Amino acid sequence: MLFLIIKRILLGLITLFIVSLITFVGTEILPGDACTTYLERQAFGEQLEACYRRLGLNVPAYERYVSWAANAIQGDFGYSLSGEMPIKEVLGPRIKNSLVLASAAIFIGIPIALILGIVTALWRDKLPDVAISTVTIFAMTIPEFISATLLILIIAIWLEWLPGIVIVPTDVSFLELLPNIILPVIAIAMIMTAHMARMVRSSVIQVMASEYVQMAILKGVPYWKMVFKHVLPNALLPAINVVALTIAWLLGGVVVTEVVFNYPGLGRLVIESISNRDLPTVQALAIILASIYVSINLLADLMTLMLNPRLKTLQIRK
Amino acid sequence: MKLDNIYQEEKKSNFAKVSEIIITMASRPSGFIGLSILIFHVILAFISPYIAPYDFKAINPTLMLQAPSAEYWFGTDDLGRDVFTRTILGGRTALTITFFGSLIALLWGGLLGIFCGLVGGKTDDIVMRIVDAFLSIPWILAMLLIVSLLGTSTEVLIPALGFFYGKGIVRVARAATHDVIAKDFIVSARARGHSNFSIIWFEIIPNVRDAILVEGAMRWSWMLLGFSSLSFLGFGVSPPTPDWGLMISNARGLMSFAYWSVIAPIVGLSSLIIGINLTADAFAKALGIDRSTKAPV
Repeated sequence: MLFLIIKRILLGLITLFIVSLITFVGTEILPGDACTTYLERQAFGEQLEACYRRLGLNVPAYERYVSWAANAIQGDFGYSLSGEMPIKEVLGPRIKNSLVLASAAIFIGIPIALILGIVTALWRDKLPDVAISTVTIFAMTIPEFISATLLILIIAIWLEWLPGIVIVPTDVSFLELLPNIILPVIAIAMIMTAHMARMVRSSVIQVMASEYVQMAILKGVPYWKMVFKHVLPNALLPAINVVALTIAWLLGGVVVTEVVFNYPGLGRLVIESISNRDLPTVQALAIILASIYVSINLLADLMTLMLNPRLKTLQIRK
Repeated sequence: MKLDNIYQEEKKSNFAKVSEIIITMASRPSGFIGLSILIFHVILAFISPYIAPYDFKAINPTLMLQAPSAEYWFGTDDLGRDVFTRTILGGRTALTITFFGSLIALLWGGLLGIFCGLVGGKTDDIVMRIVDAFLSIPWILAMLLIVSLLGTSTEVLIPALGFFYGKGIVRVARAATHDVIAKDFIVSARARGHSNFSIIWFEIIPNVRDAILVEGAMRWSWMLLGFSSLSFLGFGVSPPTPDWGLMISNARGLMSFAYWSVIAPIVGLSSLIIGINLTADAFAKALGIDRSTKAPV
């Protein structure tokens, strides 16, 4: 068991190492470096040399990689090009804002997804299932920017219930932020809930068809007791991985929603830093988002292992 | 003569198989709706240049933000361009780019996955670690970086999209290959001394083809979503080209008083994505592949 956990952690670290290599090499081989994009037309002679020296670009690439990676492990990502600010300070409030958005969406989304998934599974192919499944397909497939735009058009412009876009400074207190994030949270929670509800549905249906549930029915176990005691604990286990993937997606992938609502989170920083050709920030973002993805997946794997005794013995036998 | 007959019979049965699959797909209501929407959009993409009533890039300041009328069915946008014309032309670029992108994704993802599944060992370990690493970088960050540095021409977009949507197919193809590889006919092919290439071509591909095709169909709808998000963010096709994502992002600022110019492209894009999705779903069910337990990656 311990061996398995250590192996998993090591694999995650190797993945992160490769990610750091990819981002470093990727930003390196693409045409134009930080200095030529920063200085634009003045990128020649004395000025270019000075810029290279200032950013330490005059040493060989592998030396720069080593020093960059060594600093990044300690949380120091250097300076952003456009703002001349330490990237650490740029990232801090953004991560906080993204966390607020993500946790609100998770808080609303997971219970609704569970209820919807279980209801659609238990009333499979009946009216509630058909109705809810149709809605979830729509919520899942329609691009985020379309559902977000429609939300703004209907709720903010036609009904005038809520502010349409977030107009707050990056470092605002939580209570001031709250009324502003309702629409973005709805937009994100909709997609997330739809994905998870479908996952829960198929997982519950699979367990309902299994032999031990059939046996319980034959034995005359009351329906709801069977659902809560035998079906749900087994059906919700595989859902952990989907929840993990969704959380990882929430923290890094809601670029479009954040842009539509003008929300100052990590996603909008991705767009801003790329538009400004701020390569040090892009590198930092790539490595941070990848670490979030890897560690959340790792957590989910470990949780599934802990909660499922069968899987534990199976893995060890292998 | 006899051999020729056998050959023809096989051809026929292949055609029969395909039409049978399509009939099975259309026999479910969701599959029928999906197929009809998809066919409608494909036909529209072919004929729209000939039926478009106006020039899609004709700017007319006197016609700015006209409400829908008999003359301009969906109204006009902020530059006085006909929204109906731009809407029916808007799917062409997206459909073409994502279709060829999906083909590339299918090819490299499928072949690499099969190869890794068959070879196993060190090569497999190394390739899968690299694929994992690429999977953990948000695709949109990588896409935006490539597009912002190399430009938004079709020659950049198609391979870039094909690459980033193919890495998920590697995993699916590899898993499907693992299911096949332990079977007796692979073992006997090995015992007959067949090369890896011949095993892949004659034994594995016919058996994993369905799973990979279904995954590719699903990726097509995701890629369309991703591509239109790129155009929406201003990193997709460049402005005069009519494109739904671009139209929505342009019209969004004015939608408080000119909602028509944003509704038309929204209906176009949503219906196409839903159409492809339902078709891919029906395709999976017709081939007997259950995708419902898979997580969206």
